[in-house]
Amino acid sequence: MSGHISFRDVTKRFAVRDRASRRRTEFTAVRGVDLDVERGEFLVLVGPSGCGKSTLLDLLGGLTEPSEGRVLLDGAPITGPGLDRGVVFQQYALLPWRTAQGNVEFGLEAAGVPRRERPGRAREFLDLVGLAGFEDRHPHQLSGGMRQRVAIARSLAYDPAVLLMDEPFAALDAQTRESLQDELLRIWRRTGKTVVFITHSIDEAVYLGQRVAVLTSRPGRVKEVVGIELGDRADGVDLRSSAEFARYRHRIWELLHDEVSRAQRQEKEVAPV
Amino acid sequence: MTALVEARPAVDEERPSRDRVKRPSAPRRVADALVTATGKVAAILVLLAVWETAPRLGLVDATFLPPFSTVVDAWWRLATSGQLADDTGASLARSLSGFGLAVAVAVPLGLLIGWYKPVATLLGPLLEVFRNTAALALLPVLVLLLGIGETSKIAIVCYACTWPILLNTISAVRGVDPTLLRLAKSVDLSGFRLFQKVILPAAVPTVFTGIRLAGAVSILVLVAAEMVGAKAGLGYLINASQFNFAIPRMYAGIITISAIGVVFNQVLVALERRFTSWRV
Repeated sequence: MSGHISFRDVTKRFAVRDRASRRRTEFTAVRGVDLDVERGEFLVLVGPSGCGKSTLLDLLGGLTEPSEGRVLLDGAPITGPGLDRGVVFQQYALLPWRTAQGNVEFGLEAAGVPRRERPGRAREFLDLVGLAGFEDRHPHQLSGGMRQRVAIARSLAYDPAVLLMDEPFAALDAQTRESLQDELLRIWRRTGKTVVFITHSIDEAVYLGQRVAVLTSRPGRVKEVVGIELGDRADGVDLRSSAEFARYRHRIWELLHDEVSRAQRQEKEVAPV
Repeated sequence: MTALVEARPAVDEERPSRDRVKRPSAPRRVADALVTATGKVAAILVLLAVWETAPRLGLVDATFLPPFSTVVDAWWRLATSGQLADDTGASLARSLSGFGLAVAVAVPLGLLIGWYKPVATLLGPLLEVFRNTAALALLPVLVLLLGIGETSKIAIVCYACTWPILLNTISAVRGVDPTLLRLAKSVDLSGFRLFQKVILPAAVPTVFTGIRLAGAVSILVLVAAEMVGAKAGLGYLINASQFNFAIPRMYAGIITISAIGVVFNQVLVALERRFTSWRV
């Protein structure tokens, strides 16, 4: 049986124009990716910069199509964007002219939820992400962490089966990031969504993921998928300093290390694209 | 719970300062307001004082620059005789219809050009040519084509007002945050709803900048147009007064024009604030 989400030998190439020689060349972002995600799983993708992590997420989100291979959602190939998948962007992507409430309602409008039901649903989800009482604030009146909460509430409100998160906490300070990580785990357990989460932080990957897929440098392939067994994340326990955490961290660090240095060599050789 | 504790102070930091600063006592506030107001009008008062005294002291020829009080006197006579109202009415009617037409045409056109590449490719060169043609250079052409009446004057105002609105609207659409477009795509928003819910509201501030610029242009161009073959209007008043050597009346006309310009701009600024209150 195949998983909830399956990448089957997926390759994505982009046509790029070399600025110096003005020749068209092809650029392979990911090559031969095979990956399965189970329903309700929390999967984290880590990889060196430029390894095609975001390309994989775009493929899942239906924002781009694979050059070869197939991306399946519940057995059917993904043909375009859809409201069965919610995307959370690194730069929040909030509409600055709408309040927190209005931003959550934006997703509901797109999903065709009847007008009368929207305010209630939006409040419910703002409450879920801990923003009760902030409904009428505009994005510029909210801190970075709170903006990302609004964005998460927006993606959850129209009830997608899958949540796609593209380095959502990368722009936040360390403390806000940790508290949002806990919050995300809590929400994930409560809603039972499938989460595909991209990060370049090994700590974040180990802390959040049930499994961590390590990608190679460009063109990206899945190098190894590491299952993380850290038991229950009980409140008040500093999981990040436990011995097991350190072991997983080191394991992924080793897997990544070669790739990162290779990626850096590549970046120096190839003109930036 | 912990999360909320983390988040609340952050909001307090970013709250606008007026919420945080303790309001001063009433007399203190009045005094502050007075000081600010005095500062704002000081420069104008100085200008008027110089205007009043310089001709009286013989520093400039009082025939060509009569003292301010004489000009006020002439303005008052124009106002009471009803001539000022007639001229102002004529000017405002032309200026506002040209301006209104320009908004009605340039905003939709700008949205089209900004969003649809083929339209931009098609119209781009044409726009470039016309944009760089001074509006007043076309006045003789318009007079030939449309006659010397109202149509040619409204047309020249409309033409001149179109450019700031059009160019700002185009760049407003092109400048929409790409992340918002990705968001819209990810929730499968397309066509009309994308325009209505994302592009249009995102473009409003920049479009308004163009509209405000056009407001100023509408009066500048109008006055020049009215100096050629008009029988009413403030531009006509200024020009005719100069011909007839009614110098105080000429200045009265000029003052009226600048007052209208200032008021018009303030109205547009207030409108702009209303529509973009979500900005910091």
